[in-house]
Amino acid sequence: VPRPASCSGRRFKRRLRACLCLAAQDARSPPSQKRRTDDSTSTGDLQPMPTSPPADVQSPSAPDALFSSPPQFRHSAIPLDFDISSPLTYGTPSSRVEGTPRSGVRGTPVRQRPDLGSVRKARQVDLHSDGPAEDVVATEQSLGQKLVIWGTDVNVASCKEKFQRFLQRFIDPLAKEDEDVGLDLNEPRYMQRLEEINMVGEPFLNVNCDHLRSFDENLYRQLICYPQEVIPTFDMAANEIFFDRYPDSILEHQIQVRPYNALKTRNMRSLNPEDIDQLITISGMVIRSSQLIPEMQEAFFKCQVCAFTTRVEIDRGRIAEPSVCKNCNTTHSMALIHNRSMFSDKQMIKLQESPEDMPAGQTPHTLVLFAHNDLVDKVQPGDRVNVTGIYRAVPMRVNPRVSNVKSVYKTHIDVIHYRKTDAKRLHGVDEETEQKMFTEERVEILKELSKKPDIYERLSSALAPSIYEHEDIKKGILLQLFGGSRKDFTHTGRGNFRAEINILLCGDPGTSKSQLLQYVYNLVPRGQYTSGKGSSAVGLTAYVTKDPETRQLVLQTGALVLSDNGICCIDEFDKMNESTRSVLHEVMEQQTLSIAKAGIICQLNARTSILAAANPIESQWNPKKTTIENIQLPHTLLSRFDLIFLMLDPRDEAYDRRLARHLVSLYYQSAEKMEEEYMDMAVLRDYIAYARSYVNPRLSEEASQALIEAYVDMRKIGSGRGMVSAYPRQLESLIRLAEAHAKVRFSEKVETIDVEEAKRLHREALKQSATDPRTGIVDISILTTGMSATARKRKEELAQALRKLIQSKGKTPALKYQQLFDDLRAQSDTAVTKEMFEEALRALADDDFLTVTGKTVRLL
Amino acid sequence: MPCVADWLNNPFSIVQGIFAQNVPNSDWEKKVTEYFKEKLKENNATNWVPSLNDVPVHYLKPNSLVKFRCMVQDMFDPEFYMGVYETVDPNTNARVLHFGKYRDVAECGPQQEIDLNSTQTVTSERQTFYCVPVPGESAWSVVVLNPQFYAYISANQARVSPSTSYTPSRHKRSYEEDEDMDLHPSKQKEQHMGNSSGGDIHGCVEPKRLETEASAGHHLISPNCSPPLDLNFPLPGEKGPACLVKVYESWDSFKVNDVLEVYGILSVDPVLSIVNNEERDSSALDPMECMDTAEEQRVRSPPASLVPRIHVILAQKLQHINPLLPACLNEEESKTFVSNFMSELSPVRAELLGFLTHALLGDSLAAEYLILHLISTVYARRDVLPLGKFTVNLSGCPRNSIFTEHIYRIIQQLVPASYRLQMTIENMNHSRFIPHKDYAANRLVSGVLQLASNTSLVVDETQLEQGQLDTTGVHNVTALGNLITWQKVDYDFNYHQMEFPCNINVLITSEGRSLLPSDCQVHLQPQIIPPNMEEYMNSLLTAVLPSVLNKFRIYLSLLRLLDYSISDEVTKAVEEDFVEMRKNDPESITADDLHRTLLVARFLSLSAGQTTLSRERWLRAKQLEALRKARLQQQTCVNGNEL
Repeated sequence: VPRPASCSGRRFKRRLRACLCLAAQDARSPPSQKRRTDDSTSTGDLQPMPTSPPADVQSPSAPDALFSSPPQFRHSAIPLDFDISSPLTYGTPSSRVEGTPRSGVRGTPVRQRPDLGSVRKARQVDLHSDGPAEDVVATEQSLGQKLVIWGTDVNVASCKEKFQRFLQRFIDPLAKEDEDVGLDLNEPRYMQRLEEINMVGEPFLNVNCDHLRSFDENLYRQLICYPQEVIPTFDMAANEIFFDRYPDSILEHQIQVRPYNALKTRNMRSLNPEDIDQLITISGMVIRSSQLIPEMQEAFFKCQVCAFTTRVEIDRGRIAEPSVCKNCNTTHSMALIHNRSMFSDKQMIKLQESPEDMPAGQTPHTLVLFAHNDLVDKVQPGDRVNVTGIYRAVPMRVNPRVSNVKSVYKTHIDVIHYRKTDAKRLHGVDEETEQKMFTEERVEILKELSKKPDIYERLSSALAPSIYEHEDIKKGILLQLFGGSRKDFTHTGRGNFRAEINILLCGDPGTSKSQLLQYVYNLVPRGQYTSGKGSSAVGLTAYVTKDPETRQLVLQTGALVLSDNGICCIDEFDKMNESTRSVLHEVMEQQTLSIAKAGIICQLNARTSILAAANPIESQWNPKKTTIENIQLPHTLLSRFDLIFLMLDPRDEAYDRRLARHLVSLYYQSAEKMEEEYMDMAVLRDYIAYARSYVNPRLSEEASQALIEAYVDMRKIGSGRGMVSAYPRQLESLIRLAEAHAKVRFSEKVETIDVEEAKRLHREALKQSATDPRTGIVDISILTTGMSATARKRKEELAQALRKLIQSKGKTPALKYQQLFDDLRAQSDTAVTKEMFEEALRALADDDFLTVTGKTVRLL
Repeated sequence: MPCVADWLNNPFSIVQGIFAQNVPNSDWEKKVTEYFKEKLKENNATNWVPSLNDVPVHYLKPNSLVKFRCMVQDMFDPEFYMGVYETVDPNTNARVLHFGKYRDVAECGPQQEIDLNSTQTVTSERQTFYCVPVPGESAWSVVVLNPQFYAYISANQARVSPSTSYTPSRHKRSYEEDEDMDLHPSKQKEQHMGNSSGGDIHGCVEPKRLETEASAGHHLISPNCSPPLDLNFPLPGEKGPACLVKVYESWDSFKVNDVLEVYGILSVDPVLSIVNNEERDSSALDPMECMDTAEEQRVRSPPASLVPRIHVILAQKLQHINPLLPACLNEEESKTFVSNFMSELSPVRAELLGFLTHALLGDSLAAEYLILHLISTVYARRDVLPLGKFTVNLSGCPRNSIFTEHIYRIIQQLVPASYRLQMTIENMNHSRFIPHKDYAANRLVSGVLQLASNTSLVVDETQLEQGQLDTTGVHNVTALGNLITWQKVDYDFNYHQMEFPCNINVLITSEGRSLLPSDCQVHLQPQIIPPNMEEYMNSLLTAVLPSVLNKFRIYLSLLRLLDYSISDEVTKAVEEDFVEMRKNDPESITADDLHRTLLVARFLSLSAGQTTLSRERWLRAKQLEALRKARLQQQTCVNGNEL
């Protein structure tokens, strides 16, 4: 979003002013001071750190004498119980923490934070040097309490105090049990984290900015606006608390605070000059990462003549080699000693906008990230990450010797914190990171919408409005989009229950099945669309390939795994070959995929809903046949679909008329009206995303009763006719549908109306797909066993009749096949086909009553 | 004739003037765009601006105002630049403010230094688009409409003589060039200038430019000797200036594959390329500079002589790229143009129908469908369903490629942009149809299917032999199928795919039914079999007067842009009809048939200049459909094995 340049420039200007002030000094200052202007425009914000605790200010210059290296103006107040000239001490202002005599601090070196830019310069200025003192905006300079860091409104002391209070007191009111394993939610969260640091020894404290915001809005704002100043202060605070509590703890280096989840920026596209030097969080996908770059922080020079040594810090990417030895005045005698120079790890990473954030019809933006020290190699190309860091802009010089400057700045982010967003997909559990962020207004709108009594109808009619009628099918798909609640029964040994609803559409060609599938695929963020004709088992599941470069085995995932937590649309389901289809058995019930290939044995999550479309084998639906006979799919697979709908071309005048009107209207509707409907799609998408991530309905008492009744009823219907018309799978389907319907209402409880609708829809689908074409009775066994109960009954009856017929013929050892057939036909009052006759014979043969050899039937 | 003003030759002086007057305010930027908008409105001033499409870069004055008609091929990252900066003279300490807008390099005098830390500095944001000329743009439409411009060029650039024509800015297939010669052998550059200086805007459509460089054709033959820098044109064998277009305002409204006309300041500062070399040399030490790979640097900052920069002052999306039509149809003047043309519509239609009938060997039904196809356009999308696409499969084409080739040539003469895709096993397996992201160079590598809206894509299936498609081939065929069915192309971003909607008219010529999906199959029934196809077709094109040809072009482009509606009354009638038809023959009439008939009716009405559906048109559409279907059935009977 472009904002007025002038306004956005102003902030920038202020920072540049700071730079200016420093640059002016540079001209005459000794080399070490030059470091201060380092490279970036951001230098300016990092001004004197004069406001460290007053104690520090009081006891300043004593250590000076101890500085071995020449004119390094380090008037810092560090008590010298360790070698201060060691490069390890160039660190954050937190080093001043050590001013307070605490035993534990001893031996824990400070580690510099290149992620915050050149923090060292902060140490170069103190209140006693003449320049910066003027910069301090303070009423009373002696009182540290009133001092703020130049160019900001940050007061170090109060900032530190506030952050310590935050660490000590913050209890997350919204925390969920599963989010932080092993944390006591009623105890201050970050104190427990510090304890963890003590035990594990990883000196990084990740702080959720959201927590900070809810605790202290102003502190949060300061963190966002002046991260370069505030984070070192946080470091200081955290270390004080930590070493206070665990004085004997030994860490690799001092604790570094890593804030994450800054709320302000989410989208790469919305970055603008105003964000420069602020703390931002951005999501994206890593597309490239560079080799590790050892970046020289400080060069170590030694005079070849007198062995005098000196250190030169990097300045704008260059080392100014001293031409004259300051000790013996020999020219060109200084040589670089590599192994005594100081390097830090650095890595360049290219981040690309995630596809969800991209407006249609534009190409993704990219951003450069710099990762430092132990954040190097934390991410690989292809990873989805949330990055928190400081946004920087650096002017590009055409040539340092020519005054022309390219008028463009290079921008990058110094990474402070990574959070992988897809890492958990393979390991299950946490979906919090995948949640789409909704603004409060949006949530309000959605909630408002959910209160409408006709929300269910509304949403279902917003679904694929260009497809005419098929209301129940759309409702079914709507429920599929919402899905049931996920239930975990791992502790009782049954694993996860499937929450996803699977739907099969079958019917005449040209009834816009594919269109419906395309629509769903376009609607859900993680959808896959495949055609049964073109997909192989491998393409659906996963396969192992050898990376040509690394010779490593790589597991490539197919459509089903890719649509984990989404919907996999499979068109031309009937054209899929047998082996491919068999893969679906596991996915559709267990929601996992097992792979044993080329030495890789694993189980991947494939918690995907399946929306499949199948055409009847005889190009037209034969109403005289059952679903199974029409689409020729194995019943084992069919029974895994919660809903099976028929999309038939109704031969009905009224329908034709409505269809015609609908189509004609498609062809001349105005563009605005279309826009309106497009908006609907966005709302629908958000509505579904919100419900999926925030609403988790549980069964209420009445609902359970209603479900039980419904199930018992279903079984009763069958038992009355001597057959089973419902199986536990149907009960599970009902539960899922009811839950999904409750989700539509944003209700945390499944109530009777949900069960009613689930029952209705289920019955509707059954009526369409499981009606026995011979009797007209809904018969679930068509789907579960592939044959209707009446058909089975008739088969048995015929066999009995045949047995009677043979027995009535007396003790003849052999019968003519044709003769017997004719006799049976003559005797029977219904038409007996040859197939039926043969089936009956086979049944009798199975009973060891007779055998059939060629054209004769022998009794046994 | 107005004299060539500063604003054309030296726009920076204008900007500087406005900037100096308003400096503390930021509204100088607005004033600059307003100034140029005003200037361009003056009597045909747009024609005075030299166009990068026609004039090679080295004939254009650096830092002058130019225009460029182009398609956005890729979008680079937005960049922050110094909107306003200050220079300091180290000797006198004199400070001067400068503007950085419209510039690549922050200028400063020899005695000055840029003060990077000035309080006056304003940082702003701009966006860079990588633009290429409209892919497949027909030779006739790459024509400069104002002859005066050449006078200006020759005066200013002191060209030796007009006969040393500049290198052609584009070069398409060589046969096209030959054909061009055949068509108008006598017409040459100078003549064109002489002829059209009268200012006859519509008469001067003179597609031919003298080809002086024999090597141009050479490129096609040996792809190995391609220029070192791949300019990333979607179609093979294209030539023309690719351009980095820097947009300062509302860049969010532009999309990939949009066709733009931009007016801006040309920047070909050689420093830009030198900059890169220097940068690369020094990159060993400077970590800020080594963050891009060499490939990426090549792409992001190519030599300015090859890929000039344009700093946009005004940019507009084009509804169409037909230069014979006013650019914007909503303005008052264009309305009179439209109504004038509409009044003589029916003779043009009749003539066009006759012309196409001849071209299609005397098959008037196929010609009728071809007209409908040529004016079809996706006018809306209902969720995923594109409305208004009308892919025609012309089956029954003679097996030899001469016929289809000539059909394409005729279409090329009629539409502003077109491409002929020869569907051979080799082509399918080896060419890249789908644009993909090259992460090393961080750019979108183009593919054949990256085309601007309303491009005519002629898929020639007659050359397809039996053979094996490999993975690329299957992907390509699928992409082509998706393009036809959903009017979208899934660009390959390696880790994910991204859908780009498009609006491309696909015509498939095949022997039997095409293996690609299509909205409507028309079986060709030649009435005449010319003994020499080549000669027949050539004579056909030469017989058409250029002015008539122009009318055809206007006709096809204009009708595509018209609105359309159906009255309630006719809706009722259509309903009745449909119900009736279903009653009589429920098996063969489906919703799809209604869809198609409605489409045919739509384009049939539009082709006659009617913006509402009348009962007669509806009946006529039904009649056409019946004829077409009867033909197909007949065909099925003839060779029963065909579906």
